[in-house]
Amino acid sequence: MSAPLLYSLAGAVLFGAGLFGLLRLSHLLRKLLAFNIMGSGVFLVMVGLPQHQGGPDPVPQALVLTGIVVAIAATALAVVLIRRYYHLSGMTTLDEVPDHREGDQG
Amino acid sequence: MTLWLMAGLLFTPLAWAVLTLLTDFRWGRLVTWAGILVQILVSLGLWLTVAEGGGFYYGLGGWDAPLGIELRVDGLAVTFVLLTAVVASACGWHAGVYIDPEKPWHRYFWPLFWFLWAGLNAVWLGGDLFNLYVGLELISLSAVGLVALGGKAGALRASIRYLLAALLGSLAYLLGVALIYGQFGTLSIAGVSFWLAEHPTPTGSGLALALMVAGLALKTALFPLHQWLPPAHGIAKSPVSALLSALVVKASFYVAARLWLEFGESIGNLAVAQLLGLLGSGAVVWGSWLACRQQQLKQVVAYSSVAQIGYLFLLFPLTFSVSEAVSLQAQQGITLQVISHALAKAAMFLAAGNLILSVGSNRVDALAGVSRFLPFSLFSFSLAGVSLMSLPPTGGFAAKWLLLQASLGSGQWWWVGVLLAGGLLSATYVFRIFRASLRENPETDQFYHPARSLEVIPMILALLALGLGLMSDQVLTVMALPFEEEGAP
Amino acid sequence: MTLTAWMPVFALMTSFIASLVIFVLPEKGYRLRTAVNLGAALMKLVLVIVMVWGVFRGVDYGVRFTMVPGVEFVLKADALAMMFAGLSAVLWLLTTIYAVGYLEDSPNRSRFFGFFSLCVASTTGIALAGNLFTFFLFYEMLTLSTYPLVVHRGTEKALRAGRTYLIYTLTGGAVLLLSIAWLHGVAGDLLFREGGHFIDADPAIHTSLIIIFILLVAGLGVKAAVFPLHGWLPQAMVAPAPVSALLHAVAVVKAGAFGIVRVVYNVYGITPSSTLGLLQPLAWLAAFTMIYGSVRALAQVDLKRLLAFSTVSQVSYIILGICLFGPVGAAGGLVHLLHQGIMKITLFFCAGNYAETLGIHRIDEMDGAGRRMPGTSLAFTIGAFGMIGAPPLAGFITKWTMGTGALAANMDWVIAVLVLSSLLNAAYFLPILHRLWFREAQGEWPNERHWGRLETSAWLFWPPLFTAVVTVLVGVLASLPFSPLSWAELIVLREYSP
Repeated sequence: MSAPLLYSLAGAVLFGAGLFGLLRLSHLLRKLLAFNIMGSGVFLVMVGLPQHQGGPDPVPQALVLTGIVVAIAATALAVVLIRRYYHLSGMTTLDEVPDHREGDQG
Repeated sequence: MTLWLMAGLLFTPLAWAVLTLLTDFRWGRLVTWAGILVQILVSLGLWLTVAEGGGFYYGLGGWDAPLGIELRVDGLAVTFVLLTAVVASACGWHAGVYIDPEKPWHRYFWPLFWFLWAGLNAVWLGGDLFNLYVGLELISLSAVGLVALGGKAGALRASIRYLLAALLGSLAYLLGVALIYGQFGTLSIAGVSFWLAEHPTPTGSGLALALMVAGLALKTALFPLHQWLPPAHGIAKSPVSALLSALVVKASFYVAARLWLEFGESIGNLAVAQLLGLLGSGAVVWGSWLACRQQQLKQVVAYSSVAQIGYLFLLFPLTFSVSEAVSLQAQQGITLQVISHALAKAAMFLAAGNLILSVGSNRVDALAGVSRFLPFSLFSFSLAGVSLMSLPPTGGFAAKWLLLQASLGSGQWWWVGVLLAGGLLSATYVFRIFRASLRENPETDQFYHPARSLEVIPMILALLALGLGLMSDQVLTVMALPFEEEGAP
Repeated sequence: MTLTAWMPVFALMTSFIASLVIFVLPEKGYRLRTAVNLGAALMKLVLVIVMVWGVFRGVDYGVRFTMVPGVEFVLKADALAMMFAGLSAVLWLLTTIYAVGYLEDSPNRSRFFGFFSLCVASTTGIALAGNLFTFFLFYEMLTLSTYPLVVHRGTEKALRAGRTYLIYTLTGGAVLLLSIAWLHGVAGDLLFREGGHFIDADPAIHTSLIIIFILLVAGLGVKAAVFPLHGWLPQAMVAPAPVSALLHAVAVVKAGAFGIVRVVYNVYGITPSSTLGLLQPLAWLAAFTMIYGSVRALAQVDLKRLLAFSTVSQVSYIILGICLFGPVGAAGGLVHLLHQGIMKITLFFCAGNYAETLGIHRIDEMDGAGRRMPGTSLAFTIGAFGMIGAPPLAGFITKWTMGTGALAANMDWVIAVLVLSSLLNAAYFLPILHRLWFREAQGEWPNERHWGRLETSAWLFWPPLFTAVVTVLVGVLASLPFSPLSWAELIVLREYSP
């Protein structure tokens, strides 16, 4: 088994595990972590799969750096929202509240 | 000249964003209104440049692909840039009056608004897959922030759900991008398309395309992946809903459409094309049905977006292995649908916001009897509704006409039923609102007329959607401008 | 562009701009609104008269531009267009006068007159449309602008009627759009042209043409209230009387009939329609609708519902007329487009007067109303006799010409239908006339109002009398130039020898 294929397979496994977590876990922080695992899987594929004249390709390395920055931004936003949501509703999941409240008007 | 225009389009929105981050709501409003003026001028300038000289590739900052950012400036892109300028300006102007400046967190509206605009421009002009990813993420994150501005638990729940859906979609797209790069060694859409023209299609590239299209479909809220959209669009502030429905969902669709038109013929297959069309039809029927059953005005409009997005996905079957002429008709029809829906839906959300302000309730029944006061916003709402029903002479009708021609011309007559039924279903939910407003209700004797500027904006947008039908030939001519191929990598 | 090119646009714009101005005017601006309304209606009438004269001399009025790739927006004035535009211009003026009186002191008048003018603008657009695409544009605009008029009163019943109206007309519109788009795919953008386009159509597309024709007639038949698509019309009677008058005499019902005339004459062509075997079934359908409408009218107790079923029957005269292959019968059908409009609007004005002045809605309440309101009742009587076809009134001219045409076309059964229909007309109108003139009033009127010297408000009194006089005149003077009959003969002449 060649190195690129190994990287990609590992990436795919991470992606799958993260996807499973994102869909099946209900706690929001766990969902967020699952998303980060998925992201790592994607980055692994991105760095590992392309080959440049027999060696690693430099371009994806640069791209992944950007990708990580984006992922951090997304994670930060998510954490802020989840924290605020927890403060307002006391909940850590997205389940509907039994008494359906009227939304913000406007 | 072009350098200034490009800088104006992509970097000044970021500069406005940073600037407004430092100010309070009122100062941010001033900065934004000045910025809107600049953006309109720049967008118009770029549009005129392309309208005169045709499209071109542009390497940002003098760096070429793969390290630099390559922009594809063609007729379609500049039309969308201009559309964004129109709709975003309208929403920005409306928001400045509509949003309550007293709540401290509302000042974040302006930076988020500008990040969103920058992201949109980046997507319309982006020529390579990874930059499109960054643009899409910028859009998603600022859109989520805007939804969360509502501040209450419901708004936060909707925004978190939106965020998770958007992130999942982005990652699926990014995985597809990684596979494409692994396969073709380039990220430029034109480069991949060039490679495909020279070589036989490699096996496995279908997976990459499928991942990208699936991710983008989730971000575009294609049925049955649409559940995140109505809560988010329904609960956000009206100007935010308008931005989201009019522009944000279109960005991811635009990327999917670009990919399909470039690679679809070689990588895609008939089953995928028909499946996407089928899901689009499902969206039209199911979205309209749910829109008819909503009790809250903005939920009706939000579900209507789900339905209208469905039409867009008819692009896939109608451009796959059909004659050149039919494909062109379908592309023109979808483009018109994107533009007219953007204008009409923005008008509708803004008008709905005004109506809610007037009657003090989000419920449809609360509108009983308001027609007596000749509410200007109801009129704008109706005009926008005419476009959504795709009745003549609106842009929606021109789009439907072209799609009908494309369906009949390619022998795919089953989409005809979807197009006609979709029009009737949308009439059902739009007329439900009129019906409520025409019902005589002696108890309704008070009516609050919102500020003139709030009322004028949706009317302008609705009239533009109406005029688009009459002008559609001219609009489409600009989109079909020749593309200068020398710059192609 | 020259002035002649712009004339149709001006004619369209008079009502359209009037509508926009009225929407903006405040509810209380009664005088200004009335002035705008009447001014625009008069201006339009002048424009139309100028154009009628021009078309007679062979001037080509028209404007066109590409709207959607491959399709043009065309406005064009030919003889048939002017017939319909003339009808709408004259009746708009009269109905406006009537409506000003009818809606005195009632709420929502700005909204009413705004949509009313918009509705007339659509009708003018329908008349002047130069191809099916443009026709469809205004046809749908008509649907939208009449909806607020039908539900004007805002009661539960009105809203229900409005919903029925929309279900019928929007579905009809969708079918029409399908057929127009399909026809466009098969044959391209087809301008309305005398003699039609399919004289030597490729036999390969014959089947498609037949199916498209059926779809077109089905789509248009909804508005023309052809059996079995007439269900919305009697329900729409909840609308205020001027609206019903306009709906029945010019706007909605006629738009459908006019569309069918356009399809048969100017898209397919009379000869190809005949060779494709399309006219015979259409004639049967029209004949059946004629009888069916009259039979249903017999059983009505509500005056306006009776008139509605009478319309179902009368509009099919027009369709039957154009199916009679031959110039004479065709002229009879076309002229009924005008005659029925004038007679029916008289009857509706009178029905409105009875309701407004005496509170009468049902036929059994009409006993002795002739003595209380002699002017209105005289107009009603003339209208009713016209419908029955008594000489020398307008209806007689129609029936006589159609009968002659049927004999010339060897369709003798049409005579039987005409006679039967006239007998039925008499059977439901004569008892009403008997009640009006020969029975004693049953005591108090349900809801009586007084207006000084005249039997009712002057705004309400003169329009029906005027149309009644016109009903007599178009019959007596049918052989003069510019009478409706002569004009119809001009159209037919141009159609049969393009």
